[in-house]
Amino acid sequence: MREVAIVAFGQSDHVRDSAQTSEVEMLMPVLHDVLRRTGLRTRDIGFTCSGSSDYLAGRAFSFTMALDGVGAWPPISESHVETDGAWALYEAWVKLLTGEADTALVYAYGKSSPGDLREVLTRQLDPYYLAPLWPDSVALAALQAQALIDAGRTDEAELAAIADRDRTAAAAHPHAQRRGPRPAGEYVVAPLRTGDCPPIGDGAAAVILAAGDTARRLAAAQGRRPAWIRGLDHRIEAHSLGVRDLTDSPSTRLAAERAGVFRRPVDTAELHAPFTSQEVVLRDALALDDTVRINPSGGAQAANPVMATGLIRLGEAADRIQRGDSDRALAHATSGPCLQQNLVAVLEGEA
Amino acid sequence: MAEIRTAPLVVEFPFTRSLGPVQSAFLTGLRERTVLGVRAGDGRVIVPPAEYDPVTAEEIRDLVEVGSAGTVTTWAWNPAPRRGQPLATPFAWVLVRLDGADTALLHALDVPGPESVHTGLRVRIRWAAERTGAITDIACFTPYDGPGSGAEPAAHSGEFADPVTGITTPARLDYTYAPGRAQSRYLRALAGRKTIGERCPSCRKVYVPPRGACPTCGIATDTQVEVGPRGTVTTYCIVNIKARNLDIEVPYVYAHIALDGAGLALHARIGGISYDEVRMGLRVEPVWTGDGTFPDHYRPTGEPDAPYDSYKELI
Repeated sequence: MREVAIVAFGQSDHVRDSAQTSEVEMLMPVLHDVLRRTGLRTRDIGFTCSGSSDYLAGRAFSFTMALDGVGAWPPISESHVETDGAWALYEAWVKLLTGEADTALVYAYGKSSPGDLREVLTRQLDPYYLAPLWPDSVALAALQAQALIDAGRTDEAELAAIADRDRTAAAAHPHAQRRGPRPAGEYVVAPLRTGDCPPIGDGAAAVILAAGDTARRLAAAQGRRPAWIRGLDHRIEAHSLGVRDLTDSPSTRLAAERAGVFRRPVDTAELHAPFTSQEVVLRDALALDDTVRINPSGGAQAANPVMATGLIRLGEAADRIQRGDSDRALAHATSGPCLQQNLVAVLEGEA
Repeated sequence: MAEIRTAPLVVEFPFTRSLGPVQSAFLTGLRERTVLGVRAGDGRVIVPPAEYDPVTAEEIRDLVEVGSAGTVTTWAWNPAPRRGQPLATPFAWVLVRLDGADTALLHALDVPGPESVHTGLRVRIRWAAERTGAITDIACFTPYDGPGSGAEPAAHSGEFADPVTGITTPARLDYTYAPGRAQSRYLRALAGRKTIGERCPSCRKVYVPPRGACPTCGIATDTQVEVGPRGTVTTYCIVNIKARNLDIEVPYVYAHIALDGAGLALHARIGGISYDEVRMGLRVEPVWTGDGTFPDHYRPTGEPDAPYDSYKELI
């Protein structure tokens, strides 16, 4: 099988409201950043894949506007997923494995500021039994959190400590929207407090993938090593929330198994847990112990540009490997209510 | 920094969805105050019922009737109800395992405060006064001090008179649209009766209206260029069907117009000429009405038609 690596990662500053820029205006500097680092021009890219959601902007086919930023005319080899960009990376990874391309540009962006994110996210739910009740994203996460508390798996103090650790890490992050610890705050939907919920905001991220010697060359040009993707898999839970055991994530465990997470310990894990309580579920499913550094980037608590947050987890993990701060890292991305879909990657530096 | 332009944007649809046989039986049952579940391959009773087995994905069709009372399996206190949610006063979201079911149903529980809720609480359905065959036929749950029956749920044919075969679920989302830098510049200039394009620094093409990036070079368009006001019809169509909320007599012509100096055509209505006299190459100019912030339409200038070669690259 071909070896594929992440060779560059970039992201925008994450802000509460980016009304002064359109999606493509927000995205372009990030695209140019990863292209500049690798010395590639858009026309050198073999495959382009993006992740975003029209529901955030409230405009059909809004992703086609962002395509202007990659120079998509005359037509390029390109695809789009209507979910987090981590799944766009998965598609690009498969494309590189087939040998149809040697390089891929993967990007994702989300502007939550135009709408009411909690309402917008209800539209991804089962349209027959759930969507007519408008259960918002915090409410559903709170049901999961209460189930964990009832099962004796966590308590509010531990959730506050998770938020504190992520926000402390985010204090040093140049792109974070929310930096440094803050009080746990009032209940949004109990048992979740404002401190357990991610910031709502706008942002973008991009990654460049390359295969084999191309990856080595593009990384060496930056004086860095490639972050090799040793395994990548994604799985989904049963459709109905009431069918699932909300305190467990068998889909994450299965994806991790298929990605090879359990073969050797990882030193770092970037977990996409929009709500603190979801980290408790993920840590158990991934069998992460105290030796693993979790979310050195600050995770989704630092910034949560919906549709890009998962791709950023892969990018942050890869960046640490490229810098030599990690040798074997796990990156996780999620989509849907209560960790409905999960993607797990294992990244390693050159052996 | 220049003023940020924004505008309200409402996206509203009455989503019309057809139902599978299991969903149809379940929602019709709710209308008749009967709760149905479906038996999965592993013997579990799934409520609300699915058309396909959550484990094996096989079709499942064996319906059973479960109780209208049940037990809270988890809950969350919602201090500030939002638009569209089942109750307008603070309530608890609950997952309820109805008596006879093995899975839980999401709904609202009407209680005065969080101290009145706990996992394991017995609750029962409060039916909506008017029921149509929808999940909202359950108005909410209320506390209930009766015991569970413990009886095996009985088989049910799923047959009712006048079954519900589809649902219409209105959905509305409110946005504040912000067009960004390039389009804001364009709209501001347009309000001053000028049409501004933006030039790509690499290929020199002038985009009108500008979207901020050159789709060929993938870079920001960085120079504003005034184009027009006159232009050439590059292609057109004749509209014969009146659009709702649009007070324009049909037939009329809608055209692509390459403004002088622009690298691509924009589109607008052509007026001041009979629809059957509009042609490719026709020279036109914008017509502004009242205090309009954009041209109402374009009309002929009276100049000779532009030769085909002058606009063939812009079609």
